[in-house]
Amino acid sequence: MTDLSHRDQTPPPDAPEKRMRALIRGWDSDLAYSFRTSPMAIIAGIVALVIILAAVLAPWIAPHDPFNPRTLNLMEGFTPPMQPNAFTGNTFLMGTDDQGRDVFSTILYGARISLFVGFASVIFAMVVGISAGLVAGYRGGWVDGLLMRVADVQLTFPSILLALLIFGIARGFIPPAYRETMAIWVLIVAIGLSDWVQYARVVRGATMVEKNKEYVQAARMIGAHPARILLRHILPNVMGPVLVIATIGLALAIIAEATLSFLGVGVPATQPSLGTLIRIGQGFLFSGEWWILAFPAAALLALALSVNLLGDWLRDALNPRLR
Amino acid sequence: MLAHILRRIVQSLIVMLVVALVSFSLFRFVGDPVSSMVGQETTLADRAEMRDRLGLNDPFIMQFAGFITRAVQGDFGVSYRLQQPVMELILSRLPATLELALVSGIFAFVIGVSLGVYTALNRRGWSSNAIMTVSLIGVSLPTFLIGVLLIWVFAVELQILPSFGRGATVQVTDWWTTGFLTPSGRASLVLPAITLGLYQLTLIMRLVRAEMLEVLRTDYIKFARARGLSNRAVHFGHALKNTMVPVITITGLQLGSIIAFSIITETVFQWPGVGALFINSVRFVDVPVMAAYLMLIALIFVVINLIVDLLYFVIDPRLRVDRASARH
Repeated sequence: MTDLSHRDQTPPPDAPEKRMRALIRGWDSDLAYSFRTSPMAIIAGIVALVIILAAVLAPWIAPHDPFNPRTLNLMEGFTPPMQPNAFTGNTFLMGTDDQGRDVFSTILYGARISLFVGFASVIFAMVVGISAGLVAGYRGGWVDGLLMRVADVQLTFPSILLALLIFGIARGFIPPAYRETMAIWVLIVAIGLSDWVQYARVVRGATMVEKNKEYVQAARMIGAHPARILLRHILPNVMGPVLVIATIGLALAIIAEATLSFLGVGVPATQPSLGTLIRIGQGFLFSGEWWILAFPAAALLALALSVNLLGDWLRDALNPRLR
Repeated sequence: MLAHILRRIVQSLIVMLVVALVSFSLFRFVGDPVSSMVGQETTLADRAEMRDRLGLNDPFIMQFAGFITRAVQGDFGVSYRLQQPVMELILSRLPATLELALVSGIFAFVIGVSLGVYTALNRRGWSSNAIMTVSLIGVSLPTFLIGVLLIWVFAVELQILPSFGRGATVQVTDWWTTGFLTPSGRASLVLPAITLGLYQLTLIMRLVRAEMLEVLRTDYIKFARARGLSNRAVHFGHALKNTMVPVITITGLQLGSIIAFSIITETVFQWPGVGALFINSVRFVDVPVMAAYLMLIALIFVVINLIVDLLYFVIDPRLRVDRASARH
């Protein structure tokens, strides 16, 4: 307490000091404390951060460009990891595939595509789900009834099956000439649409609680537009649980993308994601080139597991009942 | 209760109608049905005549009604890719999928319930902790990765189990072939069944454990112990029995998921089932097969949900009592 009163008496701080103080406040917050004291969360956070950074920086840190045929040497195909190639003498951290592509580089670029599809589909699902939830919770009536019936029906199907069905149907409606170039966007919409219900349900419930509180009534009284009330006043107060679902949803979306790509119906072959790499690697399992499968599989596992654990931690940390 | 059942049935019918509408739109608006059926030499007049004969000039609602009538009779047309009637294709592959789903469902239920009871009764033991940790990893692992890893260990390294296909099958009726009766058929089932059942297994195990821990805290268990009943009678006669109601409903609902996830498992193990057929139809935009599969999977889900919902009333007497007392 003495510390606090002392701080109040100091003259208005200049910019760097203010920033410092904001940092200290962030470090002292409940969420940061819970993060610091959970070794599982720290490890998961570091692993996820390293993978995300490596994926974002792939064009700069990848030792080879796997999509430039000029840098490939067919003589270097099937080089085992950490062993010099018999012809050129080059060594590769994780070996090479049949065309002499460096597996480590393809993983970096693959993780980039996996993460892009994952984040994009989570954002898409969030936008659809939050809008639907806000409107359903605020307006009630037949809008609410209809949206929640749709949600009920959709929840009876597993989301991966839905994503597959939506992807298949959308693919049917797209003219053949655009199928390859549109594939990644169709994939994002399919995975996003298969998962919006989670957000809609949570936001609807929270909105129904918030809309009866005094600050909303006050905003309504001064004549604020419903859209403004929803976006500026209610939305910030329902974001907590949404963040938890989004984190777990990211892990699910990455797995869904990998699964569809593994099945050969996801991203086009020219942009291999981690799932595509695993599908390719499976073909070489019987001829003994284990590294083409093992490293992409390990990368996918590390990514999905770390994001999942972060989501679990966030759910526990934000749940007041567990405090 | 009757009103509730009726409402559920009407809801299911609406769902089926919406799914039928989607499948029909696929048929009607993806490409031109006439040009997918005729050769290049067909004259425009012939095409127009064919369009008329096929009823493609009728109003939308008439065409949709026709589609539903034919779908109810099991007629989904001819596959673009394989040039065979779709229903024949699906029926010839259904036994493979159903056998796989059945075996993995039983595997998941039996092992899941046993492990769940074990971890609930030995809550503090290190073996329970190990099982729970492994199950957490099992939930995070994508199904296809489990399949690939199992192939790696058991088919490539140890070479004790086959990694693809159904093995030798025996023809039972004119369309039912079974892999249960031959050694190679049974061996081929092992890896796909484990792959397909593992996720459901962890789910059932965690559910049984949570429910069991809950039940073990209740008063009637304390009374049962106070009466001096043996541990065995308390655990299995009283606790497990009351744990099973939610477990059976969830397991029932999971049956649909098993059939849905068989798409992935069948692709990994090149299992000649309906799921693999569907994936190929998506890859080659084989509309009739896609539409038929869509209807089939929706029907399976709707029927399972309906049955589970109705079973609730049969299994759990409390629901019936509530309704009955509310009426009086």
